[in-house]
Amino acid sequence: MPGDSSMKFDEMHAADGTARGAYRQYDEWLGAQELSWLRRQSDEAERFFRRTGITFNVYGANDGEERLIPFDVIPRIVTAAEWRKLERGIAQRVRALNAFIHDIYHRQEIVRAGRLPEQMISRNVAFLPQMVGFEPPGGIYTHIVGVDLVRTGPDEFLVLEDNARTPSGVSYMLENRETMMAMFPELFTRIPVRPVSDYPRRLARSLAACAPPAASDRPVVAVLTPGIYNSAYFEHAFLADQMGAELVEGSDLRVVNGRIAMRTTCGFQPIDVLYRRVDDEFLDPLTFNPSSVLGVSGLMDIYRAGGITIANAPGTGIADDKAIYSYMPEIIEFYTGEKPILGNVPTWRCSDSDSLAYVLDNLSELVVKEVHGSGGYGMLIGPTSSKAELADFAKKLRARPDNYIAQPTLSLSTVPILTKAGLAPRHVDLRPFVLVSPTGIEITPGGLTRVALKQGSLVVNSSQGGGTKDSWVLEE
Amino acid sequence: MLGRSANGIYWMMRYLERAENTARLLDAGFRLALTRGQGAARDEWRSVLVTMGQAAAYSRNHSEFNGPTVTNYILGDRDNPGSVRAMFEIARSNARSVRTALTREVWEATNESWMVLHDQLARPVKAGNLGEVLSTIRRQSTLVRGAVEGTMLRNEIYNFARIGTFIERADNTARILDVKYHVLLPSISWVGSTLDNTQWETVLRSVAGERAYRWLNSGNMDARGIAEFLILDGRFPRSLAFCFEKLRSNMASLARQYGHETPAHERLRDTVSRLHQTSTAQIFEFGLHETITAIIAEINEIAIEIAADYRFIA
Repeated sequence: MPGDSSMKFDEMHAADGTARGAYRQYDEWLGAQELSWLRRQSDEAERFFRRTGITFNVYGANDGEERLIPFDVIPRIVTAAEWRKLERGIAQRVRALNAFIHDIYHRQEIVRAGRLPEQMISRNVAFLPQMVGFEPPGGIYTHIVGVDLVRTGPDEFLVLEDNARTPSGVSYMLENRETMMAMFPELFTRIPVRPVSDYPRRLARSLAACAPPAASDRPVVAVLTPGIYNSAYFEHAFLADQMGAELVEGSDLRVVNGRIAMRTTCGFQPIDVLYRRVDDEFLDPLTFNPSSVLGVSGLMDIYRAGGITIANAPGTGIADDKAIYSYMPEIIEFYTGEKPILGNVPTWRCSDSDSLAYVLDNLSELVVKEVHGSGGYGMLIGPTSSKAELADFAKKLRARPDNYIAQPTLSLSTVPILTKAGLAPRHVDLRPFVLVSPTGIEITPGGLTRVALKQGSLVVNSSQGGGTKDSWVLEE
Repeated sequence: MLGRSANGIYWMMRYLERAENTARLLDAGFRLALTRGQGAARDEWRSVLVTMGQAAAYSRNHSEFNGPTVTNYILGDRDNPGSVRAMFEIARSNARSVRTALTREVWEATNESWMVLHDQLARPVKAGNLGEVLSTIRRQSTLVRGAVEGTMLRNEIYNFARIGTFIERADNTARILDVKYHVLLPSISWVGSTLDNTQWETVLRSVAGERAYRWLNSGNMDARGIAEFLILDGRFPRSLAFCFEKLRSNMASLARQYGHETPAHERLRDTVSRLHQTSTAQIFEFGLHETITAIIAEINEIAIEIAADYRFIA
């Protein structure tokens, strides 16, 4: 139960206050440091982030206002053995996701087999009829996946959410590590931490491996961004820079001789692989939202004709909405023939009338999310909501039950953060980043740890006052 | 590289150069106001606004041409889209949009400039702090240019950055000359008077050329000498001749990389060769004002041609 500290699992400290295995070496080092020096390093880290412009824009805030995602200097540490299991579970899940999307846009065997209700697909706004029967280059739909994990006990990692569209945050994973290495170099000579820095190189390789038939020998990769006012613009620029790829906007692109080409200083040059950070509906005004200026007219036609690879493929959202999520255990079994290695959080689908009744009766103890929501927007956290907020949300639920799922309020694990008074436990989650190419699945050891900075809070989203930590996977 | 990126880095450097030159212009006005009476100062502040093309916009909300009002209007007035604060904002936003074309050092220097000046210029600057603020503006702009020099690969990106710098600098030097041309016009009654010398010094200070000029001319202030120095002396880094030489070499470098010249090369060559064939005597014969006006127009034409040839915008 939330607030009941006896149930909470702290990843660093056991109940008797001693450091757990993963943190033993770190704790030894930490014990020898002055708190005031750590505070100073922490302030230094913030200045570093500001100077380098590692900021994000907040929607709804003042025009163009940029904020820092608060960075906490205490790392989040996972042992080699824990990571091995996570890695197997994530790979299994990502394989199933790709097989599932392929099936949905082809024969829909899973529906025929009666394992997934037909309306989950036909009524889903993320389903794109334009993708039906189409085979994406390399057979890959979700080239880049972020799997959000939460921990509830020593051996219990659960998947909270799959991000199969355009998961963000990987630049923070990389910059957090850079910052830690700059602030505390001696830690990395003492403790064997697996490196994460080759992610951009792997991403570039992975994208190039999915080049379309029309591509040249050295595929041209470009990152498509909505522009400098997008909340994740820093990341788009960062990844393009690290990959040595062009960072393009819709206005740079047009169809030239059956290819998507970018306007360069010496004419239009075709692009082979487009790593797009623009949502499906804005990709092509001819096919989707006609008022979009973020995409390229004709992109979908060129894509379907084999002139370009889009990563992730359009229509992958079908696999990561929160209603489909509740079917993931079945989906994994159906496509891999294996039991899921990583569990799901129990989920009530409010579209089901019995579940809806249960959810309405127990609203004050549940977390309710929008099926297509993200970023922590539009969700209800029962235990921390007022009577009025609960009543208000119940109204919304009754009006559009299909739009919601509910989950128990989990007792998320904690990791300490550095506060003015010293260490204090805060709830965390973990988003490892997965790359999928025809040659295999690669998972960067670690990922992005998000931390709820407010005491007792369970909301880790950066848009809602969450921070991040460097995430360490220890060497074997 | 993307046409949009070329456009972005070009304007980023133009705005940083403009901010630096504006600081010099204000510094020169400030000096003149300290050493001369109210009347001369008023004219000087008005001419600063005219040089920057902001006199009309200023007059809409202000009737007085005094130091603090003009200075703060130019530095950070929120109603002035052409303020120095806005210049750093635009430079930084261009830098963000071409982040992948910049080295980390160039980006950080630009971002830092914006952070420092965005704060410092948010409130009116006190007279006592003006010198320090103006020097910060010059320093931040120099820092970015230094980072460009010291860390960027000598390729097309670098060339577009430099072209931005020198188009802007040529334009600024020409504008200063144009607004001050009457000061430089030979007039029997003025020659040798203190008014002349102070005014001339102001012109030189506006382009950071007072020491170089004195050194080259053993302290002899003379209208023709100053005009020749600012227009034709290729050794002085803010002269028109120097700027055009830099434009020529960076454009030549683009032609080498792309394997062909564009109409902008032709136009630039015309302007440069005409300038080379011009003597000070001819300038004064034709009319200093007429010469400068023609040069400003040509710089503008070249800039437009470059933007079109290299597909800066769709």
